Order: sequence, then structure tokens, then C-alpha cells
Amino acid sequence: MTLTQQRKLKTILVGIASWTIALLLFFPIFWMFITSFKTELQAISVPPQLFFEPTLENFTIVQERSDYLKHAWNSVVTSFGATILALIIAIPSAYAMAFFPGKRTKDILLWMLSTKMLPAVGVLVPIYILSRDYGLLDTQLGLVIIFTLMNLPIIVWMLFSYFKDLPKEILEAARMDGASPWGEMTKVVLPLSVGGIASTGLLSIVLCWNEAFWSLNLTASEAAPLTAMIASYSSPEGLFWAKLSAASTLACAPIVVFGWFCQKQLVQGLTFGAVK
Amino acid sequence: MKRSITRLLMAPSVILLLVWMVVPLSMTIYFSSINYNLLYPGRNNFVGWMNFEFFVTDPGFWIAISNTLTLLLSVLIITVVLGVALSALIDKPFAGRNVVRVLLISPFFIMPTVNALIWKNMMMNPVYGIFAWISNSLGLEPIDWLSNYPLVSVIIMVSWQWLPFAILVFVTALQSQDTEQKEAAQMDGATGWHIFRYLTIPHLARPIAVVVMIETIFLLAVFAEIYVSTGGGPGYDSTNLAYLIYNQALLQYDVGVASAGGLFAVLLANIVAFFLIRAVGKNLTV
Repeated sequence: MTLTQQRKLKTILVGIASWTIALLLFFPIFWMFITSFKTELQAISVPPQLFFEPTLENFTIVQERSDYLKHAWNSVVTSFGATILALIIAIPSAYAMAFFPGKRTKDILLWMLSTKMLPAVGVLVPIYILSRDYGLLDTQLGLVIIFTLMNLPIIVWMLFSYFKDLPKEILEAARMDGASPWGEMTKVVLPLSVGGIASTGLLSIVLCWNEAFWSLNLTASEAAPLTAMIASYSSPEGLFWAKLSAASTLACAPIVVFGWFCQKQLVQGLTFGAVK
Repeated sequence: MKRSITRLLMAPSVILLLVWMVVPLSMTIYFSSINYNLLYPGRNNFVGWMNFEFFVTDPGFWIAISNTLTLLLSVLIITVVLGVALSALIDKPFAGRNVVRVLLISPFFIMPTVNALIWKNMMMNPVYGIFAWISNSLGLEPIDWLSNYPLVSVIIMVSWQWLPFAILVFVTALQSQDTEQKEAAQMDGATGWHIFRYLTIPHLARPIAVVVMIETIFLLAVFAEIYVSTGGGPGYDSTNLAYLIYNQALLQYDVGVASAGGLFAVLLANIVAFFLIRAVGKNLTV
């Protein structure tokens, strides 16, 4: 075998190995997806059925049985609400730290990061009691507040790194033209970093959408987002795999697609810029 | 003048995060020192260290600590070892590489409750699950994963979710590896293994450290997977620290003991955070 042939063979082998592993790891998701089009009987048939006549009835039953749309709406409101609120709070801070850094800026950034390290379970009791006392248990507003604070450090951190990469000359030019700091931010910085802000927001939406700890502990029937609603399918009475799969597919599909688009931001955001 | 505007801009996030951190934490500390059960309100006398004693002598405490650490270490080893191997594998171009990458990272975006239910029902169910079918096809006795190996089952679920994260970080890091260096090594007759061992692994040292620390923060707090799949059982077999605290607080309504437990969790996370913040801080340029 010549060297090129050897190389080709190696590439083919690497391809086969990678595809096999990828398909194996993806299999549970694939299986959930196709199970959502089965009848309950087909879903638990032994041996498992790969080919069958697909049905859409699970999706309608899920809506009737557990009011899917209400919970989906809760997910939308809480993740988008918390993301927008966090962006509004974070943009001015990130702007100030990126363009007017002081002696303490680095310490403040690291301190913000450290708040993210506080385990949720350590403050479960007080947050639960505060929510109860202020009537925020099982409300969308309660979750929005928690999600906003939960993601604020990541959002400030990511925006800070975007703003810092903007060319300084443009800002100086604007300053020479007599722009105020406020004008600088709204007329120069924000338009230039629309992309960065959008992908930060996307990451925040993904994190809120999949958040399970607070959703499970602070909501019941009214404000439960999809993460908590799906958990109600864990009841041992009866097997509802097809319906569970239908509900899960609907709940996960948009976020998996979002995730594909924000891979890079995810790495940057979750590692706080340590890996780029 | 500039200074005050900057402060004004930063104030909202700093104040909010300060409140978010200080208020609940001081409440946790306060609750941990009083007798406070939601079922018997109004008898909140100071009890000193009694809540801590209660929590530590709970029959589940040491099991929960050991489960928390077993879960943490197992998932870390699985995700880092497989993550490095897989990201090195897909680092070279081959047909459909982008699709493979998308498939590999997808589990990370599945919400924890769905993750647990897919595995619990469709994969691990001892009668109808895929694993049982495979066992039967091979002529083996199917395993009742959640009853007989509850902690292993949780480890599988959590690893399935976090392996994609490790892959994602390592793939990103490998893209910045110096290709000239690799080519030079190849010219000098280095084998694929040597390049992997002496160039790729050292290049990944930092990303590995970061993945270990980030995952540690999340893995110490695994909750939804246990809540949905095993409920911490059978017995305490798959109860971790987070689940034990939840159990004390929202199932037994014992706020005092749960708060004492919460402080243990905070302490554990702080030890990790200390190292993480130092590592990240070194690379932070303002």
C-alpha cells in the first residue's frame, strides 16, 4: 500500500468510528423522536419497532391531558423575560467595565463569577420561604426573577468580552465628535455588537429553558415550565411513553436547534472565556 | 464625572448580585441555628449546633456524601477521557464531520427531566427497554438498572449529558492547536500516538482543567435526574447531598436541618470555586 492509500484508509476508518459513536450517543434522542409517532402499544412492543405507521394523535392528547401549550407558554415567558431583563441590567455594566475599566474591574468580574458558584441547594430554603411570603411561589414572575439573577454573571461576562473586542478607534472618534457616554453606548457600541448581544441572549434562553432545579421546587400546576411539566410523566401508574415522547420532543426540539447555532457562545459563556 | 457615571452604570448588576448572594445566604446561616419546622410554626428558638448534628447523624448523610463524590468522580473521568478521545478522533476531516459534531453535542441540550425519563423508561426499563431487549437477544437476563444499580444509572444519564460539553470544549480548543508543529513532528517520523501524547494532551491541559472545574460545580448539584428517575432510592442508594437537603426541606419541612445541610453544600462548592476563580483570573485581562 502506498502512503496516500494508507492515508485514505485511515480517513475512512476514522469516519466509520466517528459515525458509529455519534449515532450511538444520539440514539436516545432519535428513539424519543420516533416513539412520539407511535401508539402506546407500539411504544412498548418487544422487540422494539423501528418501522410502523406513524400517528400524530399523541401530540393532540398531550395538549388535552396536560395542557401542553400553557406550560410551553410558561417556558417562553420565563426564558425570554429573564433573558431580556438580564440583558437590560447587564449591558450598562459590561459597557462600563469594558470601556472605563478601573482598578477594581477585574475583582468585580471575578466576584460576579463567584456568585455563580453558590450551589442553588444552599439557598433553596430561604428562596422558597421568601417566594412563599411574597406570593411568588408558582408564578411566572418568581421564576423570571430567579432566572435573571442566575444568569446575570454569565451575561455580564460575555458582553464584557464582546465589548472589549470592539475597535477603540471608533469610540474615540465618537468622543471627539462630542458624544456623551450615553450616546456612545446607544449610538455606537450597541449597533456594533448586535451579533454578540443576540448570541448572549440565545445562550441565556437555552440555559433558562432547560433549568430544572428551581422550576421543580418553586412551581406547581400554574407556572410550571416544560421542564417541570415533563417530570409529571414520571408517575409509575401506567405507561405513557408515546405521550411522554411527544411532549419531550416538542419541548426539546427548539432548544436543540438553538443549541446548534450557539455552540461557540456556549463554550465561551460556560467556561467564562477560559476556552475560546 | 466619568467615574460616577461608570459607577451608576454598574450599580444595578452589582447591587442585585450582592443582594442575591448575601440575603439568602445569611438567612440560611440564621435558619441553621434555630429550631424551624414549617409544620410547627412559631417555635423558633435558638439551638446552636443541633441542626448540624442532626444533619450529620442522619442515616443518609455519609451515604449521600459518598454518592455525591462517586457521582462526581465517575462522571468527570468518563467525560474527560471519552471527551479527549472523541474530540481527537473528529479533529481530522472526514465525510460528514459537521453532522457528526452536531449529533455528538445534541444530548447537552436535552433538558435534565427529559434526559432522565428517556433513560428510565425507554432505555433501562427491565421489560420494555432497549437494554432489556439487547440482553434478551444475547440470551442474557435483563438487568433492572434503576433498582439494582441506581447510582450507576444516574451516572450514565449525567455522563450522557456532560460528555457533549467536554467534546464541545475540547474540539474548540483543538482548533487553536498549532498545525505546523504537528506537521513538523510528522516529518520527523512521530507516530499518531506520539503526537497525541506529547502535543495534543499538553495543549488540552488547560481546557481539561476548566472542564473539570465547571463540571464539578454542576455535578455537585445534580438534582433533576435523581428526582425524576430514582427519587434517591432505593433507600438512600442514589441520594446525593442536594437531594438529601431537598428531602429535609420540602418533604420533611425541617428548615433548620436543611439549612445546615445547605451550608455543607456551599462549603464544598467554595473549595472548588477557589481553584476555578484562580485559574480563570490568571487569564483575565482588563
